[in-house]
Amino acid sequence: MAVSLDEAIARKEHTLVSTILSSQTFWVLLAVLAACVFLSFATDSFATSKNLFNITRNVTFTAIIALGMTLVIITGGIDLSVGSVLCLCSMVVAVTMHAGYNIYIGIAASLLVAVVVGGFNGILIAYFGFPPFVVTLGMLSVARSLAMVLSNNTVVYQFGPDHEKLLALGGGSTFGVANPVIYMILLALLTGFVLRWTRFGRYVYAIGGNEKAARLTGVPVELIKVAVYVISALSAGIAGIVQTGWLGAVTTNLGTGMELQVIAAAVIGGANLEGGIGTAFGALVGAALIEIIRNSLGLLGINAFWQGTFIGGFIVVAVAFDRLRQRR
Amino acid sequence: MAVLEIIDVSKNFGAIQAVSGVSLAIERGEAVGLMGDNGAGKSTLVKMIAGNFLPSSGSIRIDGRNVVLHKPVEARRHGIEIVHQDLALCDNLTAAANVFLGRERRRRIGPVSVLDHGAMARRAGELFRDLKSETRPRDLIRQMSGGQRQAVAIARTMLADAKIVLMDEPTAAISVRQVAEVLNHINHLKAQGIAVVLISHRMPDVFEVADRIIVLRRGRKVADKRTETSSPEEITGLITGAIETV
Repeated sequence: MAVSLDEAIARKEHTLVSTILSSQTFWVLLAVLAACVFLSFATDSFATSKNLFNITRNVTFTAIIALGMTLVIITGGIDLSVGSVLCLCSMVVAVTMHAGYNIYIGIAASLLVAVVVGGFNGILIAYFGFPPFVVTLGMLSVARSLAMVLSNNTVVYQFGPDHEKLLALGGGSTFGVANPVIYMILLALLTGFVLRWTRFGRYVYAIGGNEKAARLTGVPVELIKVAVYVISALSAGIAGIVQTGWLGAVTTNLGTGMELQVIAAAVIGGANLEGGIGTAFGALVGAALIEIIRNSLGLLGINAFWQGTFIGGFIVVAVAFDRLRQRR
Repeated sequence: MAVLEIIDVSKNFGAIQAVSGVSLAIERGEAVGLMGDNGAGKSTLVKMIAGNFLPSSGSIRIDGRNVVLHKPVEARRHGIEIVHQDLALCDNLTAAANVFLGRERRRRIGPVSVLDHGAMARRAGELFRDLKSETRPRDLIRQMSGGQRQAVAIARTMLADAKIVLMDEPTAAISVRQVAEVLNHINHLKAQGIAVVLISHRMPDVFEVADRIIVLRRGRKVADKRTETSSPEEITGLITGAIETV
């Protein structure tokens, strides 16, 4: 009896293979790879190093913010303000450097603004019980308006004495890999580590799973919530700084509508909007799929207006697939 | 010596007297059934023991020492653990993660300290074995039966080296087969010298595991009897007021 009980407790219900096969991220990854194989045969221009360089770099901005967004979504929240925060942070670094300050001060100012914006969102949501949708919808409007105020709605394209450094930061490459891609990989590794191996990560999942239970077992729910909104805003700020260096100019419509693309990437990658589920790797895979759809439509000569239909279709298919799998 | 003593405790909320002059004592390894109709003062009494409310008057002693419990955390520090009616589990986490929620074990790797998944799963497995429950530490709560969920919630209290476990309606919402499993868990807690306070409406369950039954009515203790000297009919009478007091 005791032996069979021990065996029952020690038995593993899920092998590594079954876990992988049951994850949405795996199937989306498969779709990404299938699309890549198909496109390399169907077009001459897909599998060129130039196009691949472009794709990987374009993925990064969505992917970096999707990492932060995934944390927010795991806690059961949402952050609609990231597109505007990206614009505001871009504008802060641009204006600061344009005014003659060096790149370090520019970046520090930009990240500080991100922390303040994220902290404001988080405090209203965690301590005052505002719905995340409403608070961040408000911030979506406020942050973009502040970016316009800051720049007087002009294009900023001269970044003072450290102009070249900023362009190299976002537009350069190291060992043939675009710099933004390197930042994305580092941030993804960091996010993955935090989610899997730290107490903070465990609490993020716990809050999304059962907030009341988390509170009863002594998890500092409010603090963790504020932290995830700060991280989300910071990820938008980092993406903004890097994108500024890549584009070499900032306009006040930078990042418009980006929140939807980021949320789409997180959801396609397996994050569940009801909370409790999501991974860093999923965020990257989701962002990659969106970029490949966009890229391939162009290469296949399909009218770019179809892009939204394809991406929207994929969101629904990915979620429908997840529902079917859970029902089985 | 009694592990938990309640001495002449009263609680009023404004003009409403929820609990008046209740005294009781519970020994190590003893299970006490706390019964009473809705509004009899059961949950108010339990919430005072759990540190949710301070008594208006009277005192609570643990191991013979007076304690004042301002917050649930303080009650926990004194070895009082609660199994909530809804179990307070996270569906999306594993059994081991739930057992250790808020008390994660970590180990240092160089400058960072990381979750020790292996040690937590092993320890949770040991606790489930002590409870004689076929619960796998690495399975998600979402996939578990009501009895297994109870095992996880109870294992959480054992992890803390609790002296006293308060269980709020642990058998209210589960199947008959699982009720037997939960009652077994309670017997295992008793065998380890842990005092159990069982709040329940289900007469057969209380008679099955409780050594004593305490009945509250309108905030007063009207009975405190050894289970073998009483009967479900008598307890029902005491709860409803058909029998004044014993």
